Amino acid sequence: MSVNVFLIVAVGVLFGTGVYLLMERSLTRVLLGFVLVGNGVNLLILHMGGPAGEAPIIAEGVAASEMNDPLPQALILTAIVITFGVTAFILAMIYRSWRLAHGDLVVDDVDDRRVASGAGSPEEADEEMEAQPADTEFEGLR
Amino acid sequence: MTPADAVAILGPLPVVLPLLGAGLTLTMTGRAAAQRLVSITVLTVVLAVAVVLLLLVDQTGAQSVVIGGWRPPLGIVLVVDRLSALLLVTSATVALGVLVYAVGQGMTDGEDSETPVSIFHPTYLILIAGVANAFLTGDLFNLYVGFEILLTASYVLLTLGGTEARLRAGVTYVIVSLVSSVLFLSAIGLVYGATGTVNLAQLAERLDTLPADTRLVLHVALLLGFGIKAAVVPLAFWLPDSYPTAPAPVTAVFAGLLTKIGVYAIIRTETLLFPGEELTNVLLVAALLTLTVAILGAIVQSDLKRVLSYTLVSHIGYMMFGIALGSVAGLAAAIFYAVHHITIQTTLFLASGLVERRGGSTSSRRLGGLAHLAPLLGVLYFVPAMNLAGIPPLSGFVGKLGLFRAGVAEGGWLVYTVVAAGALTSLLTLYAVARIWNVAFWRSPLEAENPEPVLLDPSPKGVMPPTMVAATAAMVTVGVLLAVAAGPLWSLCTRATEDLVDRNAYIRTVLQ
Repeated sequence: MSVNVFLIVAVGVLFGTGVYLLMERSLTRVLLGFVLVGNGVNLLILHMGGPAGEAPIIAEGVAASEMNDPLPQALILTAIVITFGVTAFILAMIYRSWRLAHGDLVVDDVDDRRVASGAGSPEEADEEMEAQPADTEFEGLR
Repeated sequence: MTPADAVAILGPLPVVLPLLGAGLTLTMTGRAAAQRLVSITVLTVVLAVAVVLLLLVDQTGAQSVVIGGWRPPLGIVLVVDRLSALLLVTSATVALGVLVYAVGQGMTDGEDSETPVSIFHPTYLILIAGVANAFLTGDLFNLYVGFEILLTASYVLLTLGGTEARLRAGVTYVIVSLVSSVLFLSAIGLVYGATGTVNLAQLAERLDTLPADTRLVLHVALLLGFGIKAAVVPLAFWLPDSYPTAPAPVTAVFAGLLTKIGVYAIIRTETLLFPGEELTNVLLVAALLTLTVAILGAIVQSDLKRVLSYTLVSHIGYMMFGIALGSVAGLAAAIFYAVHHITIQTTLFLASGLVERRGGSTSSRRLGGLAHLAPLLGVLYFVPAMNLAGIPPLSGFVGKLGLFRAGVAEGGWLVYTVVAAGALTSLLTLYAVARIWNVAFWRSPLEAENPEPVLLDPSPKGVMPPTMVAATAAMVTVGVLLAVAAGPLWSLCTRATEDLVDRNAYIRTVLQ
């Protein structure tokens, strides 16, 4: 089996960056890490199919030995679909947890801040909450 | 019609029927009665098909079903042998029992306000389709697809309702499962690169010809992926965090089925793909750690569901021990133990769901007097709890005795250590479940800390629907019947193991 160094390095980089992101607390980064590792695995499977070749369609003048191995590509296709579905699910989880965490913060923190500040009104605390940037870089669910 | 023809027709049904049922129930959104009817019918038919398959292959030996018209090793095959048929029967029984329980709880209809309506039935059926696919497949990549089907369904079931506690538990579960799937998929890529096939039978032939170091890498890569799914210590710490927050029926079916599919995959790996002793000691140490570490977790917990989650992990160690031995006696005992454990662990989680409804909590600190308040519930908890701990003459005792005998026959200091750890684990399991019994069932309800109002109400209305109690009682009965039928079941497990050990029969069946 011939070795394509570029592909192997790409697999390594995808795995390395992906695993790094998987370690994060933020679910969004975990998702990005999962997508990177998933693509790394797909490249790995592609590489395991051997060197590139002709399209695997039986035709005049194309020997079987010159064809690409179609099976890894079928496997990758399945893996891509699965990754796609799971990504959609995790996005839904991120959205849900963002809404929950945000919602809970409003309820809990209003009381907390009123107690802390002694005289502040709930509306004031609400405004303070809304002033915070509503990005998805919240710290996971904890 | 010959048995082979019958298997060819019936073999795909346990996968196809739940998928069709899932599609059908999805179109019935909002019509709870119709959904109930479809899913209970589908699972009853799947159970009947599984029983017929078991009877057929018990006569004829393993049968392969070519689906999609491509001959193996090119196309995907389903292989029905005694092991897969036996586990399929057990899983279908458990799935049906849990479904009836869930219907009784009303969670499937949205009557239980914390769970949403119509997605339970379709998701549950897809889970069962994935389980059946994983048991029946004769193709490594199709095994991955089966895992993904059941895992994706399990993500939805675990986060049902999307409350904060369930999402937090779900995040741990989803990410750990994703990592295990990625490991498994990479292992499949490496296996394909080394052998050029993903058909299990052809892999069995080709892996033998590889250099020992390549074999070892592939072996370890596959075991890592399966070990996370089977919850083998040190890969098991996600489980007690993620299972207890789900609704009781969901936890019950997960506890029964999901980890055991990992165990099944490990059995196939160790018997069909990598027979031999290259990792025997590693597996024995893993079994030792799983047994002891997890049971120590169980004895310090006070919440019933968390205790049960830890005993679930701990008892995976018994199966790993049988697999590690690799002898016919050891593997047969492991299979027997898997059948026992699927049934009993599910039953206990169902009982804990009833405890939660009767006592308002599963934390033993907040419970008391349940044996007096709900005597039937006491029986429904006590019998499977004693079964789990291995009190004779119940099936847990039979399984553990078989494992210990197989271990003693094998000999060696490490094996004796695991046998001793297994006996200790059995005692500590008894301690853990008896402690819950003493506190939650025996003491006066007035001693409970901060009890829920429902616990102090001598006869609350509607907290234990008859359907739920009946489903739990039926599962308890199945658990007792395992002990009654232990002789025939044991010889069936032995025959299943003989199939596994003689892997040439499997290879011939698939490749011809």
